[in-house]
Amino acid sequence: MQQDEVPQDEKNLNEGKLAKLYYATDAKGHYTKVNSIGWEPETVAMEQAWDVVHAEVEAARQKVIAGKASPVLYYLKKNIMNVPMVAGYMGTLSVIVRLHMLPFFFHKLSQKTLERYAYTFRITVEELLDTEKLKDKHES
Amino acid sequence: MRANFTHRQSAHCENGVVSNLLRFHGLEFDEPMIFGIGSGLFFSYLPFVKLNGIPVASYRIWPGHIFKRFANRIGVKIERKKYSTPKAAMDALDSMLEKGQPVGMLTSVFYLDYLPAAYRFHFNAHNIIVFGKENGRYLVSDPVMEYTTDISPEDLIRARFAKGVPEPSGRMYYPVTLPGKYDLEKAIWTGIKQTSDHMTHIPVPLFGAKGMKYLSKRLRYWPDRLGDRKAIQWLGNLIRMQEEIGTGGAGFRFIYAAFLDQASTVLNNEKLFDLSGQLTKSGDQLREFAYYAGRVCKNRTSDTRSFSELAAMLEDCSQKEQQIFSELYQISKAK
Repeated sequence: MQQDEVPQDEKNLNEGKLAKLYYATDAKGHYTKVNSIGWEPETVAMEQAWDVVHAEVEAARQKVIAGKASPVLYYLKKNIMNVPMVAGYMGTLSVIVRLHMLPFFFHKLSQKTLERYAYTFRITVEELLDTEKLKDKHES
Repeated sequence: MRANFTHRQSAHCENGVVSNLLRFHGLEFDEPMIFGIGSGLFFSYLPFVKLNGIPVASYRIWPGHIFKRFANRIGVKIERKKYSTPKAAMDALDSMLEKGQPVGMLTSVFYLDYLPAAYRFHFNAHNIIVFGKENGRYLVSDPVMEYTTDISPEDLIRARFAKGVPEPSGRMYYPVTLPGKYDLEKAIWTGIKQTSDHMTHIPVPLFGAKGMKYLSKRLRYWPDRLGDRKAIQWLGNLIRMQEEIGTGGAGFRFIYAAFLDQASTVLNNEKLFDLSGQLTKSGDQLREFAYYAGRVCKNRTSDTRSFSELAAMLEDCSQKEQQIFSELYQISKAK
């Protein structure tokens, strides 16, 4: 890639915080460093990955509202985690986390376990328990 | 307190941390040199190892190895530590900072809030340097950022003790002894030899230039095998592996080409410069691959023709790299 071919696509997801470093060649074929503010294919791939995440979060939200799953499922998806990862944070087994994703078991959780979940998902216990609020949090 | 530390941006986090840490200790190495001597370039496609249900393709060697190899070849001794509790890890960090020593560490990108939100997936092997603490916040030199930044202790603890695969477990590292004298020429040749050997001689079709060819073969049948939606998702993931933070396929080719360029000056070897030019072409082709793959993803229509065209591009890359690294192996073998 030549120095002047380093992509500078205005439409990017870097929020102006990041201009990545690229190695590119000068006229003689020797390498120099050039910053790039963004590149379309990369942005497309990232958007696509986030679309998948958003779709899963929305599906989880619907399930929680319908009473088929507990908020643990919603916040797990919201934080792009998976069950073994949450089990790691909770210091327990995956199967236990899976049970906690069912409303029946979720409603029996102790304050301590709830606090641990809240810490894992970086929210308060009140937020974790407040399923009403989920109703108007549409994920687009 | 803050260490007297100069931050320089790099394309890849591991190289950058090594480069910045060594500069603090008085050894000046540019990023490409570290990548080359540490034999960072590689290719592997592991269809049976899946992340979020998508097979892993990697354009470089496993995390941590660049530093290890580089340190062995130059003769830097590194102290590595891991911790079982956040408190022990943060106390150890604080006591290093008291001594004015910057420390490299493994973190999860998810909790580094100075990065743009779009990048913050659970990638648990991002390297950063912490070089001071001011007003209750840690000063951070993240090699992919242009400037230094800072982070709250809470977020740093979360980032250092993230769960998932791999777990950073508070890992941190810093050089303890530096070589008085080292043989740069020998280190460069050893680095080249290992990379070219691994790119061409591993007798398993998943690694090196062969791995690329294997991926191209599989890619051709993705739409038939997976259906359009999934095929496009997998393709998108492949570009992210190529270009995104912590990975970066074509980018790695360019860093390695830059290394060959610098090495040709150090060793006064014209052939290396020539090969650097050839590798640039392979990198360009990988970029083009990403460009067209991006188009396929964006239009959301996957017809088998474009997938087989993409596969052909990748196969061509594989041939180019097979040839480049065979030549490099021949040259470096004798040294």
